Amino acid sequence: MEMAVAQPGRATLTKALSIGVAVGVYGVSFGVLAVASGLSPAQACVMSMLVFTGASQFAFVGVIATGGGALAAMGPAVMLALRNTAYGLSLTPILPHRLRDRLLAAHLIIDETTAMARAETDPEAARRAFLATGVSVWVFWNLGTLVGALVGGGIGDPRRFGLDAMFPAAFLALLAPQLRRPGAPVAAITGAIIALALVPFAPAGVPVIAALAGVIPGVLVARGARA
Amino acid sequence: MSWTILLVLCAISYALKAAGPVLAGGRDLGPRARQTLDLVAVPLLAALILTQTLTIGHRIVIDARLPALLVAAVLVWRRAPFLVVVLSAAATAALLRAM
Repeated sequence: MEMAVAQPGRATLTKALSIGVAVGVYGVSFGVLAVASGLSPAQACVMSMLVFTGASQFAFVGVIATGGGALAAMGPAVMLALRNTAYGLSLTPILPHRLRDRLLAAHLIIDETTAMARAETDPEAARRAFLATGVSVWVFWNLGTLVGALVGGGIGDPRRFGLDAMFPAAFLALLAPQLRRPGAPVAAITGAIIALALVPFAPAGVPVIAALAGVIPGVLVARGARA
Repeated sequence: MSWTILLVLCAISYALKAAGPVLAGGRDLGPRARQTLDLVAVPLLAALILTQTLTIGHRIVIDARLPALLVAAVLVWRRAPFLVVVLSAAATAALLRAM
């Protein structure tokens, strides 16, 4: 990928690195859990390199750990990965144009890179934010997985350090500038309500993907505002 | 754990990511589609924020994550730097849990 043309700014790099480090700590937990669930360290590492979608990976090893077969583990993992398709559609305009670069960049389409890219208004800045975050998260996620898989337990629960509260805070900081777009507040509120309403009975991954329906009132409001 | 199933999962998750960018190619989709696609990430991120804050498995749970998110919201509103927002949220949750 040609990142040499224009370097991301310092603020973008700081965000990309801090998100990467936080994700890396979760990578350690993933490595520990994966090996404890019966994956070999090599399998844990290949999964982090090639699946590269944290929520899916945790769901997958979670099912294995509770005695479900590998096939049973596929369902939730795929449901959780489905939102990447929606992200991919929304990111299409800012991804590199050359097919080879596009195919490489597509692997980096996850929550964190989408949030970083969508927080930028200028397409070029969005592309740089996407790539910087993607590379940072990929490197730290895989380093974390490797460490966790080799070292095993004894790292402690990341929740003790409030790490689980970091991700919603980061996503909120990245969502806030997008709420100025016409229709965005309605889309956000509708999506959040749909997701929370579905949590008690829908399978993992479904609530967040169903939130996509929030786009409909958002678009209606945006068109009404323009008409 | 079977390598075959693991590699199938790798292939599926990549195909899900690449579907949009590959099918849409470098084409310009027109202003209406672009306007819709611009909004796609918004409800998904809002849903992520609230499910990651308020749920454990299938249950709605209110714990240290909610005050942490509220601290983050105030800081975002006050236009605090990104790192300050994220670290303050972590510190809030960690302190409340240590109490």
